Amino acid sequence: MAQNKRVFIKGNEAVAYGALAAGCRCFFGYPITPQNDIPEFMSKAIVDAGGEFVQAESEVAAANMLLGAGACGIRAMTSSSSPGVSLKQEAISYMAGSEIPAVIVNMNRGGPGLGDIGPSQGDYYQATRGGGHGDYRTLVLAPGTVQEAYDLTVQAFDLAFKYRNPVLVLGDAILGQMKEPVTLTPVAKVSKAEGKAWRLEGKGKRKPRLIKSLFLDEGALAGQNRRLEQKYASMAVEAACEQFQVKDADLVVVAYGSIGRIAKTAIRKLRAKGKKVGLFRPITLYPFPGPALAKLAKAGKKFLTIEHNLGQMVDDVRLAVRGFADSAFFGVYPGDMPAPEDFEEPIVKALRRKA
Amino acid sequence: MSPAAVKDEILVFDRPEVVADRATHYCPGCHHGVAHRLVGELLVEMGLAEKTIMVTAIGCSVFLYNYLLLDAVEAPHGRAPAVATGVKRARPDNFVFAYQGDGDLASIGLAEIIHAANRGERLSIVFVNNTVYGMTGGQMAPTTLIGQKTTTCPGGRCREREGMPIKMTEIIASLGGTVFAARAALNNVKNIRQAKKFLKTAFEVQTKGLGFGFVELLSACPTNWKMNPVKANQRIETEMIPYFPLGVFKDLSGEGGVC
Repeated sequence: MAQNKRVFIKGNEAVAYGALAAGCRCFFGYPITPQNDIPEFMSKAIVDAGGEFVQAESEVAAANMLLGAGACGIRAMTSSSSPGVSLKQEAISYMAGSEIPAVIVNMNRGGPGLGDIGPSQGDYYQATRGGGHGDYRTLVLAPGTVQEAYDLTVQAFDLAFKYRNPVLVLGDAILGQMKEPVTLTPVAKVSKAEGKAWRLEGKGKRKPRLIKSLFLDEGALAGQNRRLEQKYASMAVEAACEQFQVKDADLVVVAYGSIGRIAKTAIRKLRAKGKKVGLFRPITLYPFPGPALAKLAKAGKKFLTIEHNLGQMVDDVRLAVRGFADSAFFGVYPGDMPAPEDFEEPIVKALRRKA
Repeated sequence: MSPAAVKDEILVFDRPEVVADRATHYCPGCHHGVAHRLVGELLVEMGLAEKTIMVTAIGCSVFLYNYLLLDAVEAPHGRAPAVATGVKRARPDNFVFAYQGDGDLASIGLAEIIHAANRGERLSIVFVNNTVYGMTGGQMAPTTLIGQKTTTCPGGRCREREGMPIKMTEIIASLGGTVFAARAALNNVKNIRQAKKFLKTAFEVQTKGLGFGFVELLSACPTNWKMNPVKANQRIETEMIPYFPLGVFKDLSGEGGVC
């Protein structure tokens, strides 16, 4: 695998490069647009790297294969797009309950239902609220550039093993299909001891190990949920965001992923016109970088949340700034493709609004 | 008993070391215990226990891990062959088997079992067919026989409404990746011995890297059949075996596998 190299690649390819750099050994895929470049690339590249590629019979099966590989303490992943990610939710819930590390990539497309194959942020709730049955959380990383698609995929594997938890990389059709120059920064080799304390490898001479999510004994499930709650709380330190020209801004636009990128261009244009506006772009959607946002609220900023959906992240923004501020909302319908100019008027309007 | 008397004893029956020394949660007359023991005996006899990773499925046998002392992972309902595929691809040098019931394998998990077999995954599947969903209280399974009464076909399974019971071993045998597929029954000593022989071949096709091995075990569920254990054993002979014939349906173990 080429390292330290500058390449011109798609976001989907950057995810695959990142996974290989992070030592991913098993890829379980299923075709769905707009993420097909990932399994297509991996079907050769991961095998060349000595790993395994399986085109599964379904998204359900692919996610369950991931569960099996993850239980062995092997770095493994699957990728899909919205309707396919819905099908993976069964296994994601089991992996969260069984504390199995895994990386799942969602190149978000339009919904609901079959929707379209264009970009959307309609899966924000699904990604940040667990997505499947039961009360659980997955870490969610939201790259805004092709470089970040590489970097955050690498980080996703580290976080999955650090917390023994599924990690979602949430992009969209724009990110997946857009080409940009990327620096393939080198990544340290995975320690052979990773997961040594719990991974399945045959019992040998030790006591047998069991990885499961069924807890029937009295108090056992409550205890497991308490442990998981503590684990989720400990993830708060991973919260990350980009803050762009917020210091003197009167209005802070909150937007993530590709929409954050488009909003940034709009903000640059408005700055050139003398408007005091800035951008707050969450990079982790779970944990949500609420404390950093609260600081801005305490400093008296106004907020506008822009999303490619009918309003989902805006709930988290309002929770974060509550007591000090509120957030206006501007939504782009999944199915529409926004340009920076589309955001200028709503931003100016929100800037004029009384706090 | 004096020490001398103990000395004269000859040990003729023992518990394999991977079979836990504990009472099971299974009902009297249930055949899961027999199936568990056969698997445990073979893993010890074949020297596989230390490198085995076991995938347990949903149903009464989810607690297999309480009775077989092996590394284990629990699969969602029907997904054991997919989970086992992930395990085997991640750890190709380990011995991997999944243990599934008929609701799990032949209904909700039909896609997963068909494709794992068709890909020729180096896996062994132990398929326990007792013609009902046992753990959930005896509902109709895809293997429920025509006329058999269950809690969801109280008038008896009807061909026109519910279709015919599905013959899994025959289907699995028809797939390209399958190296060994056989059906045995656990209702008498002769059949149990045959079951062990079949399981051994199914395990060997994996250890030799030949492909997919599948053994169906016709088993009793006296509680949900509302019969005593003796009657339940008789039912296997008189009702199940005539519809689900015993024997080897495919065996390429002597031919070097599938590819």
